[in-house]
Amino acid sequence: MPSLKDLRNRIAATKATQKITKAMQMVAASKLRRAQATAEAARPYAASMEKVLGNIAASVGTLETAPRLLRGSGSDRVQLLLVCTAERGLCGPFNTAIVRHARERAIALMAEGKEVKFFCVGRKGYDQLRRQYANQIVELVDLRAARTLHFEHAEGIAEKVIARFEKFEFDACTLFFSRFRSVIAQIPTAQQVIPPLFDSKAADALGGATYEFEPEAEDILHELLPRNVAVQIFRALLENAASFYGAQMSAMDNATRNAGEMIRKQTLTYNRTRQAMITKELIEIISGAEAL
Amino acid sequence: MAALHFEFVSPERVLFSGDVDQVDLPGVEGDMGILAGHAPLVTALRPGILTIINGGSREAVVVIGGFAEVGPAGLTVLADKAVARDDYDTVTLAADIKDAEEDVTDATDDAQRDKLARRLEQLKTLQAALAQ
Repeated sequence: MPSLKDLRNRIAATKATQKITKAMQMVAASKLRRAQATAEAARPYAASMEKVLGNIAASVGTLETAPRLLRGSGSDRVQLLLVCTAERGLCGPFNTAIVRHARERAIALMAEGKEVKFFCVGRKGYDQLRRQYANQIVELVDLRAARTLHFEHAEGIAEKVIARFEKFEFDACTLFFSRFRSVIAQIPTAQQVIPPLFDSKAADALGGATYEFEPEAEDILHELLPRNVAVQIFRALLENAASFYGAQMSAMDNATRNAGEMIRKQTLTYNRTRQAMITKELIEIISGAEAL
Repeated sequence: MAALHFEFVSPERVLFSGDVDQVDLPGVEGDMGILAGHAPLVTALRPGILTIINGGSREAVVVIGGFAEVGPAGLTVLADKAVARDDYDTVTLAADIKDAEEDVTDATDDAQRDKLARRLEQLKTLQAALAQ
């Protein structure tokens, strides 16, 4: 049976842990507010970009001269999965949920006889995927050094992805991230970025009219398509950041509550043990007195 | 006069969303005024000043590159970077021009040099316009 001192130490340790988790929860909550605002502010741009590109694609998509980034390579044999996760843990099932989503897709694709490659953004996803698919991971981008996410980060990733596409290393690219819905709901999402998929509704929005392009359609598409990839990646990263803090906040909230529960139980054991010892000592004194 | 629906977004936020009378855009091949009922058009933007005209009021915004699309739903401007004219920091612009100048001298092939030189030209025009 543990001594009273051991029990006291254990309670103190649990209290210290509780303080840490509580602090982490509060930090996550304040960071979440900013991350959420940025993620929500970035949505209209990404959505407009998609809409504009959808309209343009509908009017030039069938052209032979359309860039490969828009048409795709005409095959879907090699699939690149761009898995965006966080750099840190202590955030509940956040990273695991994204990785699981990507892994399920990878298994389904491989069952169809396709080749799957991974491009990891974020250390945590890489660590989890490495165990199973070590030689299929083509690149890892580590954003740990970045304190705040800038568009340049997304542009850098997009450049790397497009460079690989230009070298015919893959046929289609799908982005995996966690969409932020609320503090308790983050939805692992897959979005195909190369070639981009559009709503079929956009196709007939123009009612048969065609766009005038200034400068030429090709020049515009050559600028717009890589930009679209960067914008979609940027949005994914921002959504991820908000989701991460949301997940961390609820995970730390749970941890704080669990610690409270543990403290309650430990205090009970401590008090019981203390009582038992007092009783035992009393019995010893009384029986000693009676023996005289 | 019919109103033109105008969506003005940059990667960071929505700058404007609503109905206006006219928007003057700095297109790569020249400035253009967009009114309601304009034919479908897609254009790249050069660094310049975009003017939103609504009733009697004019609002000038400095945009650094981007795209504009005129569709059946109205005008959508996707700016790479946009700052209200009054808040625009000419020091960053001067720095950008200096970078662009260096880029032009560093360019390796002619096509690229042409492109960079044009960008430099556009930035200088913007600087001149802002100085007025």
